[in-house]
Amino acid sequence: MPEAGLGSDFRSAGHLERVLRAGHFAVTVELAPPDSADPAEVFEAASLIADSCDAINATDGSGAHCHMSSVAICALLTRAAYSVVMQISCRDRNRIAIQGDILGAAAMGVSSVLCLTGDDVGAGDQPEAKPVFDLDSIQLLNTIRIMRDERRFLSGRSLDEPPRLFLGAVSNPFAPPHDWRPYRLQKKIEAGADFIQSQYCFDIVRFREFMRRVRDLGLHQKAYYLVGVGPLRSAQAAEYMRSRVPGVHIPDEIVERMRKTPAARQQEEGRRICVEIIQQLREIEGVAGIHIMAHRQQALIPSIVKDVGLSPRPERKPAVSSQPESQEEKR
Amino acid sequence: MSLGRWLRNHPRLLERVYQVFAHVFQWAEPLIARLGYSRADRWLRWPERLVKQIIFDCRMCGQCILRSTGMTCPMTCPKQLRNGACGGVRADGGCEVEPAVRCIWVEAFERARRLEIYGLEIETVQRPVNGQLEGTSAWINTLEGRDKEAPRIWSLQPTVIRRDA
Repeated sequence: MPEAGLGSDFRSAGHLERVLRAGHFAVTVELAPPDSADPAEVFEAASLIADSCDAINATDGSGAHCHMSSVAICALLTRAAYSVVMQISCRDRNRIAIQGDILGAAAMGVSSVLCLTGDDVGAGDQPEAKPVFDLDSIQLLNTIRIMRDERRFLSGRSLDEPPRLFLGAVSNPFAPPHDWRPYRLQKKIEAGADFIQSQYCFDIVRFREFMRRVRDLGLHQKAYYLVGVGPLRSAQAAEYMRSRVPGVHIPDEIVERMRKTPAARQQEEGRRICVEIIQQLREIEGVAGIHIMAHRQQALIPSIVKDVGLSPRPERKPAVSSQPESQEEKR
Repeated sequence: MSLGRWLRNHPRLLERVYQVFAHVFQWAEPLIARLGYSRADRWLRWPERLVKQIIFDCRMCGQCILRSTGMTCPMTCPKQLRNGACGGVRADGGCEVEPAVRCIWVEAFERARRLEIYGLEIETVQRPVNGQLEGTSAWINTLEGRDKEAPRIWSLQPTVIRRDA
């Protein structure tokens, strides 16, 4: 298991890293960010899923749609002592802003971050916005690694206290050029990725082949691979996702299976497909966990986690970093 | 098909030309140094722009990594990614941003495989773009080492390129 590649020193004080290093099959869940200035909506969404996972992902303008920012969601959730993964996309901020956010995130008690290139502005509802892409996801990984391990900004200016962060990268085995995807993963791990969260997996055959090559390269021993999964809400949603959401690949059999199911039972069928996929993923060597993205179906998450036998989740020990303790007292 | 496109689809030919060019510049470096790098830059950026625009649709980032990208200009990617295809590439190999255009990284990867000298360099991690070099001559910047000046800290473990096939 990845221990060897990561070494024995913990990168962070976070729960997710601890769960993975202990050899548990990890579960992370994406939180639906509110279109609201009300913090209660964040806490409500988090309380629904917190017991079913080891960390909650706060997305950063996913699909190029504006919602409450990942930094703000993490500020709220870390204050309430939740375990979070802060997503950072390269689309909206340059290297100066991002390095500042990294320090701020670690100061708030964020222990894990996920580095993404980000969907293009054209995918969202404000396509007239200026895309930044000052860094790409791989350069972002190396930037944070330098801040953490070498205690410096990219300029060389030194940090008094480095951000202790467990570094995440994304991976999409289902997008061309397929042959090259394992090498892109290798690049990300070289640049500092400790864990991976993948795009939705609906094509288990393709994923198996990808993972075989990942194992051949020894990458499963250098980073923890969490596979993206999620329930399809309806046949129509499946069609929409595969044609309109960048990078999502859904094989014909699955769309067909959804279509053949009467409309009233499609949601349940989507949930069942998700459970089946998770069960198959657990059998694949090198898979360290799952990352559940249940767009507008967050309520299904506890039952999915329970049905695949991943509930209850490992107990959370009090955080070891100095900040969260006093924060917990505040509650 | 345009001349540039035809040439890009013959990456091995371009690789040879590139190699000869690199040798000529190395050989001429003492001369260029005596002339002054900034003067050489002013003289060369125009012919460089002309030639590379025709062949590569070059955007004059001033820090050329063509040999590490299958002789395909990464700045023509709408996201200007320097380290490979994003996760948004469409099933038919189309670009996420401009579906009718083929992902330049799909092309870069196919071409890199055909290169004989620099092909595996597509697996090295590329540093972020230095915005200060935009519009200047990458030929001179490479000779002078300016393309590796920023960011000041960019330490990476030496790349171990491994092929599993």
